[in-house]
Amino acid sequence: MNFKQKYVFLFPGLFVLIGILIFPIIFVVRLSLSGWNSYNGLNFIGLENYIRLFTDDPRFWESFFRLSFLSVTTVILQYVIGFALAHMVWKDIKFQRFFRVLFLIPMMTTPVIMTVIWRTFFHESLGPVNDILSNFGMSPKWLTDPVLAKVTVIIVEVWQWTPFMFLLLLAGLLSLPKEPFLAAAIDGASPVRKFLYVTFPLMAPISIGAIIIRLIEASKIMDTVYVLTSGGPGTSTETSSFYIFIKGLREFQMGYAASMSFTYLIIMIISLTVIAKVLTKLMLKD
Amino acid sequence: MGKLYKFLKYFFITFWAVFVVAPFLWALTTSFKDFNSVNGGATYIPWVDFEPKLEGWRVLIKSPANGGVDIIEPYFNSLFVTCTASLISIVLGTLSAYALSRFTFKAGFVKNNDITFFFISQRIMPPIVLSIPFFLFLGAINLLDSLIGLIVVYIVLLMPIAVWIMVDFFNKVPREIDETALIDGCNPYQAFFKVVLPNSIPGLIVAGMFCIIFGWIDFFFAFILTFTEVQLLPVKIVALNSSITPWWSLSASALVSVAPLIIVAFIVERYLSKGNLSGAIK
Repeated sequence: MNFKQKYVFLFPGLFVLIGILIFPIIFVVRLSLSGWNSYNGLNFIGLENYIRLFTDDPRFWESFFRLSFLSVTTVILQYVIGFALAHMVWKDIKFQRFFRVLFLIPMMTTPVIMTVIWRTFFHESLGPVNDILSNFGMSPKWLTDPVLAKVTVIIVEVWQWTPFMFLLLLAGLLSLPKEPFLAAAIDGASPVRKFLYVTFPLMAPISIGAIIIRLIEASKIMDTVYVLTSGGPGTSTETSSFYIFIKGLREFQMGYAASMSFTYLIIMIISLTVIAKVLTKLMLKD
Repeated sequence: MGKLYKFLKYFFITFWAVFVVAPFLWALTTSFKDFNSVNGGATYIPWVDFEPKLEGWRVLIKSPANGGVDIIEPYFNSLFVTCTASLISIVLGTLSAYALSRFTFKAGFVKNNDITFFFISQRIMPPIVLSIPFFLFLGAINLLDSLIGLIVVYIVLLMPIAVWIMVDFFNKVPREIDETALIDGCNPYQAFFKVVLPNSIPGLIVAGMFCIIFGWIDFFFAFILTFTEVQLLPVKIVALNSSITPWWSLSASALVSVAPLIIVAFIVERYLSKGNLSGAIK
């Protein structure tokens, strides 16, 4: 179909989005090439910010690797658990709808507000976790130990976002065609073989989509960290976004923060594209 | 095999259900505690471990002058911003999605899929990248710390979701429906509003739900772009957390704040089971 009216449908949305976004993006690039202070505004300093970023700021790169570690770990855990849960409530289970609703609930709750609760939950002397662990003579410092703080962030992120993975994968499972399963049943395939040779390959495209979507969202981890540990202890849970936030909107080094956020955006686009390509190759090779 | 698998299955499901419920139960019990039952170490069962008090819930309706937590105004702010931004995103997103699903666009090397990808790819944008220019721009036009400023920003967050879900949905609505309407003498607008749209209500509801979820749970932009004039709920609760608000009123406010969207879980599950969400990510 082709009508002149098609533009009336497309353009309002497209132009509103472009209109809101175009100036901020151009401005980030311009700002990243500038020094900035509130007295005389922008002054052009060329690539100075980028040179500083690439040669003289290990903290940014550390925060970036920490972010990669945290997001990849949480997404893998979410995928494995989410797939297991989705497969389990897919069929043949009592209270099916109850469990489906229950497993969706965490993603409906505001992450920072739940994190406020998690903070009391993991409190070193007054929280229930350490109350139970103290019976075994343990009292881990969930929020102030550099390694455990990462574990806590991962636990909270997995609690919060496994439901999203679960939702996408369950929607996928429910849309699978019936014939391959009938064929497998006729061949007398065991449940394990059925999963490995029928369900999993059929789910591969959906899995890739779900993992990529979650990686995109996980790469933004920041508010959970802000509330849970404020990046601490030291910088041990600081992610890229959080570091840029500190530089830009706490220390007001706007120009430098802009150069970091632009670099960060480019790295995100490149790495997500590469991950998508690799995953597609790995999971669709048969 | 069968028995062991079944045992493991129910074991794992029970384990996860407990994990999901745990923070809610903890917050619920904490909200009925007072100073002694919080600071004496963890307690769990009301009447047995501690004497329940209603102080935590009372502060919700008290005025701030009397030590209330003052979350009623942020509550309505959040509701207003989320609903307005969702509505605008759904309207604009649905129109664009319909165009991308039914008509062919071509401008140089840019085709339909590229435009769709442009919409959806806005989700890749890390919020921090936009936050600095938005902070300066909204400051320049006096919209910093205002509801309108936030709504504008939230449209960027939500429209990609609306387009993503609706393009997929329209692709599944048979083209014959519009074609018949056009042959019967409708113009394209009438075909869309009178025939296609009424057949797309499940898709609109699902898209609406997702916009509301992702609008309601956002903290980052509200945190950076508002200060004192306007406060959204998540920012308010976090502010309570960093002041010395006692755990019982903190828990009660947190529970009240996350409660409304739990209804959304039921709606999403209903549409999920009907198969209306399938294929959205293929």
